[in-house]
Amino acid sequence: MTATNPTAVQVPPRRVLELIHDWVTTVDHKKIGLMYIGYSLVFLVIAGFEALLMRVQLAIPGNTFVSPQVFNRLFTMHGTTMVFFVGMPILFGFGNYLVPLMIGARDMAFPRLNAFSFWISAFGGVLLYFSYLGGDGLYGAGSAPDVGWFAYAPLTAHAFSPGHSTDYWTLALLLSGVGSIGTALNIVATTLSMRCPGMKLNRMPLLVWLYLVVSMMVFIAVSPLTAAQIMLVLDRYLGAHFFDTQAGGSAVLWMHFFWIFGHPEVYILVLPAFAFANEIIPVFSRKAIFGYPAMVAATIGIGFISLSVWAHHMFTVGLGAWGNTFFTFATMIISVPTGIKIFNWLATLWGGRIHFTVAMMFAVAFLFQFLIAGLTGIMLSVAPFDWQLGNSYFVVAHFHYVLVGAILFMIFAAFYYWYPKMTGRMLSEKLGKWHFWLFLIGFHLTFDFMHVPGILGMPRRIYTYESDRGWMIWNMIVSSGAAFQAVASLLFVFNLVWSFFKGAVAGPDPWDAWTLEWSTTSPPPPYNFAVTPTVDSRRPLWDLKHPEDPDSSYEM
Amino acid sequence: MSVCSVWLNEPDLIQAVASGNPTNIFAPVGTPAHLIHGLSMLVLGIVSAIFLVVAGLLVFVLLRYRFRPSAHDATEEPVQIYGSTQIELSWTVIPVLIVVILFLATARVIFSSEQGQKPGNALDVNVIGHQFWWEYRYPKLSIVTANELHVPVSNPAQLTPTYLTMTSADTDHSFWVPRLAGKMDLIPNKINTMWIDPRSAGLYLGQCAQYCGTQHAKMLLRVYADTPAAFAAWVAHQRQPAVEDPQAAEGRAVFEHNACISCHTVTGTVATGRFGPDLTHVASRDTIASGSILNTPANIRAFVDNPAHFKPGALMPPMHLNDHDLDLVTTYLDSLK
Repeated sequence: MTATNPTAVQVPPRRVLELIHDWVTTVDHKKIGLMYIGYSLVFLVIAGFEALLMRVQLAIPGNTFVSPQVFNRLFTMHGTTMVFFVGMPILFGFGNYLVPLMIGARDMAFPRLNAFSFWISAFGGVLLYFSYLGGDGLYGAGSAPDVGWFAYAPLTAHAFSPGHSTDYWTLALLLSGVGSIGTALNIVATTLSMRCPGMKLNRMPLLVWLYLVVSMMVFIAVSPLTAAQIMLVLDRYLGAHFFDTQAGGSAVLWMHFFWIFGHPEVYILVLPAFAFANEIIPVFSRKAIFGYPAMVAATIGIGFISLSVWAHHMFTVGLGAWGNTFFTFATMIISVPTGIKIFNWLATLWGGRIHFTVAMMFAVAFLFQFLIAGLTGIMLSVAPFDWQLGNSYFVVAHFHYVLVGAILFMIFAAFYYWYPKMTGRMLSEKLGKWHFWLFLIGFHLTFDFMHVPGILGMPRRIYTYESDRGWMIWNMIVSSGAAFQAVASLLFVFNLVWSFFKGAVAGPDPWDAWTLEWSTTSPPPPYNFAVTPTVDSRRPLWDLKHPEDPDSSYEM
Repeated sequence: MSVCSVWLNEPDLIQAVASGNPTNIFAPVGTPAHLIHGLSMLVLGIVSAIFLVVAGLLVFVLLRYRFRPSAHDATEEPVQIYGSTQIELSWTVIPVLIVVILFLATARVIFSSEQGQKPGNALDVNVIGHQFWWEYRYPKLSIVTANELHVPVSNPAQLTPTYLTMTSADTDHSFWVPRLAGKMDLIPNKINTMWIDPRSAGLYLGQCAQYCGTQHAKMLLRVYADTPAAFAAWVAHQRQPAVEDPQAAEGRAVFEHNACISCHTVTGTVATGRFGPDLTHVASRDTIASGSILNTPANIRAFVDNPAHFKPGALMPPMHLNDHDLDLVTTYLDSLK
């Protein structure tokens, strides 16, 4: 395999077993990244199906499509799967693939730790779903966990959750946490010590900065969750009473431990979406990102502040006026660096020449949708307003606006942008446009209108609702959007598969972009770069393409 | 607060809005809900303004700077602008100012809601959350009831709020009647307090707002704001021991010889169980099973026969009574007015 082969690399005919062996034993960051991504796509379809079932049940009041027990398992599994076995793996998958390439490195710092992290997280996901079979345990009760994705105590005590369903939840998350910490370790070590010559920290692509901050947040946030899981297992099996309120334990303690993890976790999920935006928006505006130093500072600010806002998930728990006031303030403050990011993206677009490729279309939708999500977040940060809106469908609408409208849309953008690099083929823009418009319609039908039942008093996690509340019409509209999203997602999966075989050949740099991954072949050889690159600015390929006007003369 | 007084004087408007949407947070009827409503209008105003400005700019930029292949400089890259310290400062300082204003307005409402002085004539009610029903105890009136909370209407001229002191007997719950107040959680091993003061008589609906198990969805709330006369009559009635209807004597015998007495209380009888709702005046309630079923003899019969028929996962087991005993017990329960 020569380093300068410009056409898509064809795998020579090999026996299937050798192929599987290659992937199972690989320590190559690119293959591991692709495995993370493939794994999370499978769980995206499964968890999406769980959501579809819930939306059918909630379309009309008093529905009996699924039983209350099944519904309660569905929302628990949907949330747990989406956060831990879709969100985390897909974002670490892209990070794994892109970070070494973008800093001119050959691989991650610890390739075997990288592989271990993938396989242990993958095992966690399998264990969670094994609960459908094994959750009965010795008590003959239980199946998949049905305690909600945040599993509030004391609902998780043996008295209220017999069988082993809660234990499968606990163990799956413990394993996922180990995998996350391993990957975070790799990203930090790689970023700090394996940058190519000339790439000072302030010349790294913003994506790499964001993944560095994400990894630091993983170190701090995952430990409280792991500690809480261990305490829960001690409560359930060894007679401890950390959260056992019948014996003097504290339900609020679980909430603190969980949300000290849970809030930074959602920033861990969203920062990679910002990372993708920082790479994609400049390229399709044909301009450098506006305010690189401010973007780095804002990211670090978000990282720090996100560690101090967790109890805005607990405004109704009775923290007292001073507690509620502090967490209101901290949550409002985080809107400042977040707003700075939106304004910088706007300024990047300003004066540019905007190309509406499918990747850019998803990025543009992200900008509007993230703005709205942030604004409903500000509404929720006002503690008294949260006393009404908290734990209602308004909150569900808000966080899906972030998770789907911002994060998933940017993930789609990242697919359309980097798929050519990963496979050597372009995704079909035509299918991509169908994917975009169908998904956009479905997303807005579902999640715009979902705010209304919250305002009208509909709490979350209810398997049905009364017909006299005036919620039916809104729930019907919300449920109808799910169908569009399902069809669009299937179209996307089809595009991924079809384009692998029939897509246009991409070449090394189909988008005329400026970061190092575009200087090698598509897909890159296992060693990434035949010669370790040297860089003089934040956009080394811009400098090569515009030698009369290099970035190094202008960078702030 | 002037926004609130406009709403207070528009009962017809509220009624119209509320009749189809009995749990609308923007149709407040009591002071806590009004305080939140006023603040929320300010918040909505601010975020709407921000949305219009930023989204407007985004739309402008996307249209104005879209790539036009026919433009004379289509093949050139645009001018590269790397940043501007002054611009960064301006869009840092302005958001900080907005945050300060919003924060101060919010802090004011937090403190006035949570640290107000409790008036001497406030009514005290202890609320204990259970899987999947509400226990109400009026300590100074010696009343114990379940699921349907009666409170006096609070006249603006002579405020008579109701103070709720809340905890849970099992898992976390949350008391949410949107038109009266924001929600407050009921947490085992913790005491939380909140107050309500409905300004007009009527029935206010809500439901548990913290996932508490299988039948969380059917742990409904009914708050009856009674006129002073009606409330006094209700109190007087509830303080009586159970009605002893001779026509229901056989049913009472069935009740007292079955496991019913282990979970339920009927004052004046041997039933002193605390696990399930107090049934002393169950027939005076509009609903059973925490607001989820109308209180009719047919429904009582079906529920006692098998609670899972209405509420699968409810903690009351099927009583396995034969038809004869079931009819008798139904007659008895229907007599407990």
